[in-house]
Amino acid sequence: MSHGQLLVFELTILVLAIFLGFEVISKVPTLLHTPLMSGTNAIHGIVIVGAILVMGAGGKDTLTWVIGFLAVILASANVVGGFVVTDRMLEMFKRRRPERAPADTDGKPPPEQ
Amino acid sequence: MSRTTSDLLYLVTIVTFIVALRFLSRPDKARLGNWIGAAGMLLAIGVTLAKSEVVSYLWIFVGMGIGGGFGAVAARRVKMTAMPQMVALFNGVGGGAAALISWAEFHNRAPAPGNLKLDISLAIMLSALIGSISFAGSLVAFAKLQELVRGRPITYPGQQLGNGLVFGIAVAAGITIAAGGEEQWLMWALLALGSLFGVLFVLPIGGADMPVVISLLNAFTGIAAAATGFELENNVLIVSGALVGASGTLLTVLMGRAMNRSITNVLFGAFGQVSAGTAAAASSDGGTVRSAGAEDVAVMLAYAHKVVFVPGYGLAVAQAQHDVRQLADLLEEKGVEVSYAIHPVAGRMPGHMNVLLAEANVPYPQLKEMEEANPEFGRTDVVLVVGANDVVNPDARNNEGSPIYGMPILNVDQAQAVVVLKRSMNPGFAGIENPLFFNPKTVMLFGDAKESIDKLIEDVKGL
Repeated sequence: MSHGQLLVFELTILVLAIFLGFEVISKVPTLLHTPLMSGTNAIHGIVIVGAILVMGAGGKDTLTWVIGFLAVILASANVVGGFVVTDRMLEMFKRRRPERAPADTDGKPPPEQ
Repeated sequence: MSRTTSDLLYLVTIVTFIVALRFLSRPDKARLGNWIGAAGMLLAIGVTLAKSEVVSYLWIFVGMGIGGGFGAVAARRVKMTAMPQMVALFNGVGGGAAALISWAEFHNRAPAPGNLKLDISLAIMLSALIGSISFAGSLVAFAKLQELVRGRPITYPGQQLGNGLVFGIAVAAGITIAAGGEEQWLMWALLALGSLFGVLFVLPIGGADMPVVISLLNAFTGIAAAATGFELENNVLIVSGALVGASGTLLTVLMGRAMNRSITNVLFGAFGQVSAGTAAAASSDGGTVRSAGAEDVAVMLAYAHKVVFVPGYGLAVAQAQHDVRQLADLLEEKGVEVSYAIHPVAGRMPGHMNVLLAEANVPYPQLKEMEEANPEFGRTDVVLVVGANDVVNPDARNNEGSPIYGMPILNVDQAQAVVVLKRSMNPGFAGIENPLFFNPKTVMLFGDAKESIDKLIEDVKGL
C-alpha cells in the first residue's frame, strides 16, 4: 500500500471512529458520566503502545532513551490508574442494585467506610 | 510478529474498547465492561512487546513498574471525594506521554532530509502541541482541585492577549515543523510553549467551571492520542483516540449547555471581572441573613412531608455523603418523602454528585435530575442545600448583570423553606453573591457540612 493510500485509509477509520464514539457515548446516562470520563481516560492510556515502540527500539541515543522511559512511566500510570479508579467507581454503582431488587443474596448495604 | 497479525490483534483491542463504552450505558454491566477494556489494553501491550521492532525489554518493564505502581497505589488510596483531581491527573499523564512520543519521533526521524512526510510532521506537531497543553493544563486543574493553588479565577491585566500570544507562537513553531522545519529547537519551543499555554489557560478558570475544563482536557488527550496514531501508523491509537476525543467533546458540550454558556465564554470569558462589577452591586442590596441552630432545623425536617437535598461541591469537601444518606434514612423512617436534586454541573466534574451519592448507597429512584426536580419544589416543605451555591442562585434567573445569568438552576426558592448548610458567608468558588441566602424563606446553618449533618441526625433521633 502506498503512503497516500494508507493515509486515506487511516483518515477513513478516524472519521468512522468519531461518529461511532458520538453514537455510543450519547447513550451513556448522566448517572454514569464520571465513570465514563474516567473510563475514556483509561482508554487513552493506549498511548503506551507508542511509548513501548519508542523505548523498545534498538540503537537509540540517550535523549530518545530518556524521553521513551518517561513516556512509558506516564503512560503506564495512565493505564493502571485509569482502569483501577474506574473500577472503584463502578463497584459503588453495582453495589446499589440490591436495593432495587431486594431478592438478591448480597442485599445488605456495605459497612460504612 | 508480522504486521498483519499485530494489526488483527489490535482490532480485537479496538472491539473491547467499544464494548467497554457500550456497557457503560448500563450500571449493571459497566464494571464488566471496564474489565473487558482492561483486558483489551493488556492484549495491545502484549502485542506491541512481541513486535519485531521492540528489541530491548528491561527498561520498558522498569518504567511500567514505576508508572503502573504509582497509578495503582494512587488509584487505590484516593478517597471518592478526591476523584476529580485523580481523573485530572491520569488525564494529564496520558497527554504528557503522547507529547513525549511525538518528541522522540521528531528527534529520530527529522535529521534525515525528506524523511518526514507532510502528514507525519502534521501529526507530530498536533500531538506534541495538544498533548503538552493537556499535560500542563490537567496538572493545574489537579493543583486547583487539590487546593494547592487558589480555586478562584486568577486574572491579571492583558491576560487574553498574553495567552493568545503564547498560543500563537506555539502554533507558528508547529506550522514550521509541519512545513518541513527540522531543527530540534522548534520541537523544544513547541513543547515549552504548549505547556505554558496549558498552565495559562486553566489558571484563570474558576472552580465552578471545572466540569467543562476537565471534559475538554479529556477530549484533548484523546485527540493527541489519535494524532500519535497517525505518526506511528497505528490503527488502535487512532480509533481509541477518536473515541475518547468524541466522548470528551460530547461531555464538554453537555456541560456548557447545562450552564447555558458557550464553551468560549467558559474558557475565555472574564468571569471574575463581571462579578466584581455589576453583579455584586445588584444583589447584595441589604437584606438580612437568618441563621438557625441544628435543633430548629431538625424539627423542620422531621415534621415535613417532603424534603429535598441539594448536594454541591461542599458535600464532597466535607465528605458528608454517608451522613446525608443516614439523615435521609432517618427522615424516611419518620414518614418523610426524601429525594435528591442534582444539577448537571454540581461539583467539579460531570456526574460528580452521582458518584458520591453512589458511594453512600443512595437508591437510584431518589436521585432527580434538574428537569425532574424543578417542578417538585413547589410542593416541597424543606430544601436542604448541602454545599451547593451557584446552582441554586436565583440571580441566574433574575439578575441580568450576574455572570451566571441565564444558567438553568434548581428553583429551590419555590419551596416552603430552604436550609443552607454553609461554612461561612463567603461567596462560593465563582465569587458571586447569592441572594438566596437573604431570602426570608431561607435559614442558614453555619458550620462544616459533615458536623452539621451529624448534629441534625442526633437531634432528629431525639425527637
